[in-house]
Amino acid sequence: MSYFLPSLRFWLASMLVCVITYTALMLALAQALVPAKASGSLVERGGEIIGSALIAQDFSSDRYFWPRPSAIDYDGMGAGGSNLSPTSADLTERAQGLIARHGATPENPLPADLVAASGGGLDPHISFNAAMFQASRVAASRGLGTGEVRALIEREAFTPGGIFTSGRIVNVLALNLALDAAAE
Amino acid sequence: MLEAVILIILVVGGAAALSWPLGKYMTALFSGKYARFDSGVARVVGPVPDQDWKRYAIALISFNALMFAFVFALLASQHLLPLNPDGQSAASLDLVFNTAASFTTNTNLQHYSGETTWSYLAQLGGLMWLQFVSAASGIAALAALARGLGGRNTMGSFFLDAGRAAFALLLPLAVVFATVLAIRGVPMTLEGAAVATTLEGATQTIARGPAAAFVAIKQLGTNGGGFFGPNSTHPMENPDFWANIAEMIAILLIPMACVWMFGGLIGRMKHAGVVFGVMLAFLLVKIGGAVTFESTPTQAFADLAVMQDTGNLEGKELRLGATTGPLWSVLTTSTSNGSVGAMHDSLNPLTGLMPMAGMWLNATFGGVGVGMIGMFLYVVVAVFIAGMMIGRTPEYLGHKIEGHEMRLAVLALFSHALLILGGTAIFAATPWGQDTLNNIGAHGFSEILYEFSSAAANNGSGFEGLDDDTPAWNIATGLVMLIGRFLPIIVPLAIVGSLMAKSRRAESAGTLSVEGATFGGMLAITVLIFGALTFFPAAALGPIAEHTALMR
Repeated sequence: MSYFLPSLRFWLASMLVCVITYTALMLALAQALVPAKASGSLVERGGEIIGSALIAQDFSSDRYFWPRPSAIDYDGMGAGGSNLSPTSADLTERAQGLIARHGATPENPLPADLVAASGGGLDPHISFNAAMFQASRVAASRGLGTGEVRALIEREAFTPGGIFTSGRIVNVLALNLALDAAAE
Repeated sequence: MLEAVILIILVVGGAAALSWPLGKYMTALFSGKYARFDSGVARVVGPVPDQDWKRYAIALISFNALMFAFVFALLASQHLLPLNPDGQSAASLDLVFNTAASFTTNTNLQHYSGETTWSYLAQLGGLMWLQFVSAASGIAALAALARGLGGRNTMGSFFLDAGRAAFALLLPLAVVFATVLAIRGVPMTLEGAAVATTLEGATQTIARGPAAAFVAIKQLGTNGGGFFGPNSTHPMENPDFWANIAEMIAILLIPMACVWMFGGLIGRMKHAGVVFGVMLAFLLVKIGGAVTFESTPTQAFADLAVMQDTGNLEGKELRLGATTGPLWSVLTTSTSNGSVGAMHDSLNPLTGLMPMAGMWLNATFGGVGVGMIGMFLYVVVAVFIAGMMIGRTPEYLGHKIEGHEMRLAVLALFSHALLILGGTAIFAATPWGQDTLNNIGAHGFSEILYEFSSAAANNGSGFEGLDDDTPAWNIATGLVMLIGRFLPIIVPLAIVGSLMAKSRRAESAGTLSVEGATFGGMLAITVLIFGALTFFPAAALGPIAEHTALMR
């Protein structure tokens, strides 16, 4: 029983310092240094929130680039992965549907990220190859030249870790916004 | 391959380099070099008299009991309390029990998804608070153990040590890391979810919250519980490559520094260097294995019209780079952190074996404080066996190791295996486990084995396909976490208490040295035999069976 009082006092002190002061300090710092990021990196167009730069959203029309598959159907409130083993038959079945949807063939195979769901189901990026794969579809449905769309992909593509990574990736929402902007 | 090696050097090398000065600082802090800070803590918590091992252990248990009770009450009543912008409702009591036990024991096993279960008050005032004080409890226990071994008459004072760890170690580091994460894009806001109208006109609700503060301490304190359901695979929790590097370094930093602190407090840095080397060797072997096994493309896409030029991408994020998944899976399980940077359930079967091995050993750096305590148990066994082999009295730092200490050490080491294998056997044989699987066959067995390994090792990661929010899982893993936390803290304190009661002998030329490569090799073999071979049959039924039967 003799440890109850110090426990209580340490509870109070740590609550004040490690929860209240720490949270308040970090809120103030983050909102002062990087207000847009601190509020979730929201993307606006014409004054309306159209999504977050960090969060994948569903695109299904041919006019837009499609993101990686999502085990949780791009639910921003319920992120998660498929949690299927790489040996799972369900995974093969899901991949077959995606291959058909993208119109991939053994001669023109699909980049692997377009059949593999991400860990959170909200990965906002696709690989450079995955964007290039979709360029002709998007170009055809918009009546643009494939070269024009490819140039747009080149412009938006980046290496996530600078010199420490090799493959380039593209933010799907940013690319689709650039597409819409190019059309105007 | 070069890319993978550079990333590993950046993360493991970076953490190792930072751990040295941090370990020096922790040694000074826990030796009472900052007297004014110490008296400040004493003013806050009351008198801090020196304690023997029993009093120290009782103080630790008392405070941990209060931690559990307070957070249990807070979680159970969150729907009645403020700071709940997304209107989270009451959670089931078995989930509340499991979550309170999970965060009190520094495990952070999560049978829920944060963004749809807990209010901001529950996350910050309950779970984040426990991430500070449970980590502080572990570090305090190590300081006490080291004092006893180093020849002091007492173990110090628990509340003083906990205050030092929480306020002068974890808090300043958390402020630094949280700032870095916020700058890279982790949200830090008290506003509720954002509602967006997508380019195609659909409505998307986007969870956010005070994540930067939460993620920093989750990584630093080997806690691992994510703010969002899928942990650090969630783009808001781990927004880019550099945030990812910072988060991975934060996993290793304090567990590594704890070894130097141990060496500093016992006054034997060379011995600490040998222990550090053994831990690092195990870590690197596991990393090498995981990165290699994971470079095999996803088996399920083998005969399809899919490019086979990348490794297994299922459950991984592109912005974090291909090596992050397997590297993070090893770091997080070697240290009892339990956060994830890729979905472990979707790792290739043999890759999935590496994180399990990390949790079975649980001391190749291990949790903050407790990892080094776990390694101390292996040291006791190694010294005893080596002494028997060469026909000398087993001694460690001048303390005579006898039957009593050996019995206690073996009890603590075997309880870990018993909790994991016993629990797995029961749940694999009954509907409690069988009805909750996401995958069939050997992989389903792996899901159960992983869950009990994670609970017993106070890790908290999972094969998340498992449908684990059931009363049976919540209660069973809750109990396993509590036993798996407190038994391996109290028993080593008792061992040191028993050593302190005996007269200490001066080390002579006849004493087995604990500073050379011979001792390092002996320690590594002991860890391998006790820690790994015990679990070999279970591994053969799970990941190894899946690999041999299904991978081509």
